[in-house]
Amino acid sequence: MHQLHQEITVTVDGISYERAVEPRTLLVHFLREDLGKVGTVVGCDTSNCGACTVLVNGQSTKSCSMLAVQADGAEVTTIQGVSDGNEWHPVQSAFKECHGLQCGYCTPGMVMSSIDLLNENPNPSEEEIREGLEGNLCRCTGYHNIVKSVQRAAEMMEGAK
Amino acid sequence: MIPVAFDYKKATSVDEALAALAAGGEDAKILGGGQSLLPVLRLRLNAPSVVVDCSTIDELKGVCEDGNNVVVGAGTTHYDVIKNPMVNQSVSLLAKATASVADPQIRHRGTLGGALAHADPRADQPPVALALDAEFNIAGPGGRRTVSAADFFIGPFETAVGPDEILVSVAFPKLDGWGSHYEKFNRTAQAWSIVGAAAAVRMDGGKIAEARIGLTNVGGTPHRATTVEQALVGASSIAEVEAACAHASDGLEAFADDDADVDYREHLARVLTARAVAKAAGLS
Repeated sequence: MHQLHQEITVTVDGISYERAVEPRTLLVHFLREDLGKVGTVVGCDTSNCGACTVLVNGQSTKSCSMLAVQADGAEVTTIQGVSDGNEWHPVQSAFKECHGLQCGYCTPGMVMSSIDLLNENPNPSEEEIREGLEGNLCRCTGYHNIVKSVQRAAEMMEGAK
Repeated sequence: MIPVAFDYKKATSVDEALAALAAGGEDAKILGGGQSLLPVLRLRLNAPSVVVDCSTIDELKGVCEDGNNVVVGAGTTHYDVIKNPMVNQSVSLLAKATASVADPQIRHRGTLGGALAHADPRADQPPVALALDAEFNIAGPGGRRTVSAADFFIGPFETAVGPDEILVSVAFPKLDGWGSHYEKFNRTAQAWSIVGAAAAVRMDGGKIAEARIGLTNVGGTPHRATTVEQALVGASSIAEVEAACAHASDGLEAFADDDADVDYREHLARVLTARAVAKAAGLS
């Protein structure tokens, strides 16, 4: 018999949780099913699409490619933690303004990857945006409006300084 | 898919990890960054008895200088390799090949040691390690041993690291002042190399004085193009580089798959090697 559960302590969207998880539980399943963070979605389940992207200790991570037990002690930010509850994050506002989505399924991951990209490079070129979002697939937009959204978010974040 | 159930052991030192591997037997698996293991577990292609998590072992992380070598801990993430000033200064080929791996999310978690020990023929760092004569430090029940890159890669997904051993670090000889380039050919974003060419060159008076060439995904293991390395000495123009790189398919046992047949792979080997060398040498 395999061990059933492992105790972990993880901070998700600013709240600390102590939970017992099965070692085989993927981080994305833990977020959705144990914590109800259903804003983070499973797209492909093959590590390709990036829809499940969250920030782990500030770095974009595909939450389908990490075990929940590996998040022990970590700080995780999901799409549900980027807004303060009143004001949207500038990246969210920019995606709305520039129509950076159609069906919206890839959007949680796109927004999280864009936040990481802009943290690292506040003024990216179009090519840097396209390369920076290489790990996120969108089957609707053809990416043009997503690139515009990230450029717009960069302007908004620069203006807010 | 949800992986098959397994036991989980978080190791805090190399010795603890070795003990856990010994206790787990041949079905024990090492978890580093997990970017190769997790997809395999999710597809249920592997059912480990125990997963030994080595991702928080300090000794496996970071980059340091050791005489004429830059030593990279096996658990150093791709992201940290790319950002490391010493790697960029002295082993720039490694930084460039690593920057082409997958996508930002994967590079945040995936590790150099994981990529090398997984030994996927399509992976971008194995030909770099081979071309640069890297040395692999491996820990096992009997102590530590060093294996040269030429002896490390045995076959597809097979290396000199035994089931009861752990890759600890990889030492790359410093090549300060050398030019480098990694030329990768693939079809889509985040895709693996169909063929890749890793080149490092030392220039002297506008001519190539020394060259190191490794090729990705032309066989079951990375390929060292020694004939090209020799033919490149003295080259000072694109035409001379292209003539030397025509030998890139010499002695190749290229294979065919859905992406490329044998002739096309050989063609890519020649063309990509010439491009990589020209860029590494600053010729245009």
